[in-house]
Amino acid sequence: MIIAGSIATFGRYCMFMRRVFTLPDKWKVMGKRILDEVIKLGVDSIPLVLIISVFIGAVIAIQMQLNITSPLIPAYSVGLATREIILLEFSNSILCLILAGKVGSNIASEIGTMRVTEQIDALEIMGVNSANYLVMPKIIAFVGFMPVLSVLCIATSFIGGWLVAQFTDIITVSRFVYGLQAMFQEWYVWYGLIKSLVFAFIIASVASFFGYYVKGGALDVGKASTDGVVSSSILILLFDVILTKLLLQ
Amino acid sequence: MIEVKNITKSFDGVTVLHDVSATFETGKTNLIIGQSGSGKTVMLKSLVGLMRPEKGEILFDGRNIMTMTVEDVKELRKEIGMLFQGSALFDSETVLGNVMFPLVMFSDMSRGEILDRARFCIERVNLKGAENKYPSEISGGMQKRVAIARAIALNPRYLFCDEPNSGLDPKTSILIDELLSDITHEYNITTVINTHDMNSVLGIGENIVFINKGYREWVGNMHEIYNTANEALNEFVFATDLFQEVRRYVAENGRRQK
Repeated sequence: MIIAGSIATFGRYCMFMRRVFTLPDKWKVMGKRILDEVIKLGVDSIPLVLIISVFIGAVIAIQMQLNITSPLIPAYSVGLATREIILLEFSNSILCLILAGKVGSNIASEIGTMRVTEQIDALEIMGVNSANYLVMPKIIAFVGFMPVLSVLCIATSFIGGWLVAQFTDIITVSRFVYGLQAMFQEWYVWYGLIKSLVFAFIIASVASFFGYYVKGGALDVGKASTDGVVSSSILILLFDVILTKLLLQ
Repeated sequence: MIEVKNITKSFDGVTVLHDVSATFETGKTNLIIGQSGSGKTVMLKSLVGLMRPEKGEILFDGRNIMTMTVEDVKELRKEIGMLFQGSALFDSETVLGNVMFPLVMFSDMSRGEILDRARFCIERVNLKGAENKYPSEISGGMQKRVAIARAIALNPRYLFCDEPNSGLDPKTSILIDELLSDITHEYNITTVINTHDMNSVLGIGENIVFINKGYREWVGNMHEIYNTANEALNEFVFATDLFQEVRRYVAENGRRQK
């Protein structure tokens, strides 16, 4: 029963995506909407990303220092381990799980409210492909801006770790910075960015899907918002495993 | 003119519309009336293509929306204006932005022409001065008028209104009714209004279709409704002492001309 339901939901999602990715009625209008969404979903998320990143970067550096106690392990390993954790998981998977809460609930509740207040019906009556008009700009904007957020997250996390080195005595700044640079593999950056693009698509499209098909009232909008966040979080974790297997092994 | 021929619509095995037929005439205010749950909203949504009946035909001046391609329906919808029960204005747009929306999306006008047309429509519904306000900053009656301005922006041939008076005080309801009636006659539009407001029924009902329990029970106009022998219609329209008194007055003195 659950499997049949999931397959049916996936089928509806695919049909929804087919409606989303059609040629827009007016490119100029679409361009303006994409810019608006870049600001709303991307630029407005920067403060949250910066705050979380600087603290997590600092915490990772402290915890690495606490856990690397063997005298045989060089001190710069703190910087190296911090860098690897941030590049491989934090700046993409964990960041996107956090953004699924902020951006996903924002998208699902906005579109869901438009559904229950008949604004989507109004678009359809006018002859506008509402799925394309409402959802495509969100997906393009968020997927397009995600690498910026990811890079900002990486940089700010490193700054968080560096602040720990600067203002505590658990590791010297020079060793921490050396660790950040040691044995660097460029592919890890690309791996992280590829993952963040896929996760951004999942967040924007799944949240839109749940918002678009809301039926009922305010309570149902809230439920759709929660369902959107939960589903996109699970999918992020699932695709994290798949992409890691595909890209790193 | 819109012709509805034998449409039937069901939900989960429960038939909401039974073989309903009706004609909605051009240049007249056509009303679909009936109790809550009688199927009139389903009928209106079927007319505009938001719901698809299992059988029957819906002809817009001879064009059957039931057999049209998606592209043809999209083209037809550019000839349709709709006023929703809750106005359905876009929260993120100002009054001017809402009225400009269909013009921006579907006309080839220049920016200046779009602004002129939008301002004209806003003036037509007596909302001059409210252009830069957001829907949340204006009253329910004003929201309805903005929705009417948006609906007429593209000079529609067909105007659909789903309970335009719901949530409004009687005075504002009458203003909205008069506005819809005036616009219908002025632009020779086929207007279909879904209502259970008796002031609307007796005030602007030039062609009335009464739906009861999913069946079309009665067709007539606001003059004929006073003398109807249809029991269900009598119970529905003249349910209150006030409207029974109105009927008595009209029977004795005739209908007062505006």
